[in-house]
Amino acid sequence: MVYCSPTSLIVGTILLTAENLSCIKQDRLLFSQLNFSVSAGNGLYIKGENGAGKTSLLRILTGLSQPAEGSVLWQQKDITSDFEEYATNLVYLGHKLGLNGNLSAIDNLVFWNTVNSIDDTTDLYELLSLLGLAGLEDMPVNRLSAGQQRRVSLARLWLKPAALWILDEPFNALDVQAVELLIDKIKSHITGGGSLVITSHLDMVTRLNCDVLHMEYNI
Amino acid sequence: MWKWLHPYAKTERAHQLAGTLFPWFALPGLILFTLGTVWGLVFAPADYQQGDAFRIIYIHVPSALLSMSVYASMAICGFIGLVWQIRTCYMAIAAIAPVGAVLTFIALWTGATWGKPMWGTWWVWDARLTSELILLFLYFGIMALYASFEDKLQAGKAVSVMAMVGVINLPIIHYSVEWWNTLHQGATISKFEKPSMAPEMLWPLLINLLGLALLSGALVLQRLRNEIVMRELRRPWVINMLKEQ
Amino acid sequence: MIRVLNAIVKREFKLAFSGSFDFALPLLFGVMVISLFPLGVSPGPEMLQKIGAGVIWVSAILASLLGLEKLFREDFRDGSLEQLRLSGQPFAVILLVKVVVHWLITVGPILILSPLFALFLNLTPLMFEALFLTLLLGTPMLSLVGAIAVALTLSLEKGGILLALLMLPLFIPLLIFATSAVNNAQLQLNYNGQLGIIAAMLMLAIALTPWSISFAVKVSQN
Repeated sequence: MVYCSPTSLIVGTILLTAENLSCIKQDRLLFSQLNFSVSAGNGLYIKGENGAGKTSLLRILTGLSQPAEGSVLWQQKDITSDFEEYATNLVYLGHKLGLNGNLSAIDNLVFWNTVNSIDDTTDLYELLSLLGLAGLEDMPVNRLSAGQQRRVSLARLWLKPAALWILDEPFNALDVQAVELLIDKIKSHITGGGSLVITSHLDMVTRLNCDVLHMEYNI
Repeated sequence: MWKWLHPYAKTERAHQLAGTLFPWFALPGLILFTLGTVWGLVFAPADYQQGDAFRIIYIHVPSALLSMSVYASMAICGFIGLVWQIRTCYMAIAAIAPVGAVLTFIALWTGATWGKPMWGTWWVWDARLTSELILLFLYFGIMALYASFEDKLQAGKAVSVMAMVGVINLPIIHYSVEWWNTLHQGATISKFEKPSMAPEMLWPLLINLLGLALLSGALVLQRLRNEIVMRELRRPWVINMLKEQ
Repeated sequence: MIRVLNAIVKREFKLAFSGSFDFALPLLFGVMVISLFPLGVSPGPEMLQKIGAGVIWVSAILASLLGLEKLFREDFRDGSLEQLRLSGQPFAVILLVKVVVHWLITVGPILILSPLFALFLNLTPLMFEALFLTLLLGTPMLSLVGAIAVALTLSLEKGGILLALLMLPLFIPLLIFATSAVNNAQLQLNYNGQLGIIAAMLMLAIALTPWSISFAVKVSQN
């Protein structure tokens, strides 16, 4: 499997394009005719009130949801045409962490590494201690606190070499150190030529110098 | 063909179309069904074996036949909806399912009523009755599934899948039940496969079949209109339409 | 790909047997249902032999229904299914493997204990043989077809009863052919025909369901 590693991309190439996206949830038109693009070495900060459809938009961008109209393009190709290839270039962190509560942090990460066909070169114990989880590696994930669980799920950003990060409220439940760590990681991702779509209620996202997309709540 | 049909996939046009078609289904349906029923129940000759009891055939057979084909039409809607992503088709399934369930129920009820004088009991595990009963369960499943979802778009997709699974299974269920039945009770005397029906008995049956089909179509159209309006209440075109009235 | 599937199989087994007793619940439920029948109908050996095949099959269907409810639920709730879909691996194959492993874990014990059921209900060895073969060929079909309905109801809070309403009508042909195979065995008749039909239905299920299951999961994730 060939990865599109962030460094091999020329900064400024358009990676992700949204074309005329519309979304209907529960018979309510959340948004319509949304157009934007995200290029390599660039981020998009999606701002908006609760219920404006930020999460729905992100899920459409990941391909997990279908838009009511419009399409999402990855390097000018519709993502549905070769979804597997698109998925290998994508890290998505959503509200659900994607960690099984009965397995330990290490078991979870090893499993996801195998599933994502990542060779185990990174020392997982070292990574977890970087994330402030030293000593908790073998504890079942559901015994960790909400913030610690989120830190485990953040490990994906270090493990999966993907050009596009789609992060839905990644700072939720994180303490100050973890937020700083994550901000630094995101910055190095962007400067390395990766791209980013992010939602957050925290102002520090402005430190990332992202383009801003403001979503209105319409009835 | 597709280019011509495509605009009607939009809910607003579908609503208009259903409104235009409604009288063309409802009126002939009502006339034919009344004609067929009166002819069948009053004027058609009595059966030499079953006497007047056979007359229930004029209600029973059309509803039984339609109950199956209505299910098939629902599955076709589901298929079209899933392949071409047409919301109107999902709404059509929601509109069709209760109509089909009622037809199935009528078929079951009249079948049981017919069974009393013919077989001596209200319920016999006759192959056709049993598969009608299972069909009723399938309809209930679709209706319950649709009702369970908050998001009706998701509901529409779910029932489309379920309707298609059901339609693949329907022939299997039908033939297995028929086979099971012959296994259990030997050959049942079939009430339907009489070598030939006298034309004066057959005509009212055919008229009733067409009449009931048109009436069901009219009901589906009206239910589809309601469903579209209910689902699009916040859209400008619905608001304008409601204001005008 | 093999490595990925291997990892999934291992994880499923680990989760099933790590401390919780959940995997045995469908089996226990089946045993309970079976032991209710002699109490409710009549303990006469002849009567039991007559209804035995039907009772065991109905219990097996109910037990697998109970087990199926948990098939994707945990993975859906914690987001693992989303991440599996975004792993770049063929989703339908992953789900198929999950169904197969789930079948092994929940229905396997029922197959292993089926001689006990046969003893309970006074089935002859020939009847047991037919029963075992029909269970072996039939229950995978229950899991495959049931998985579609499970996947469709994932995002709903109330799974159980709705699931039964959706699934049970679909299982009727299987019940008919399986019990008739056992009845044939009781009369020492050939039941290859019934087995053949069940096998054909299983093949049809294997061909059509993986795609449908993955589509149904996608609908739930939408």
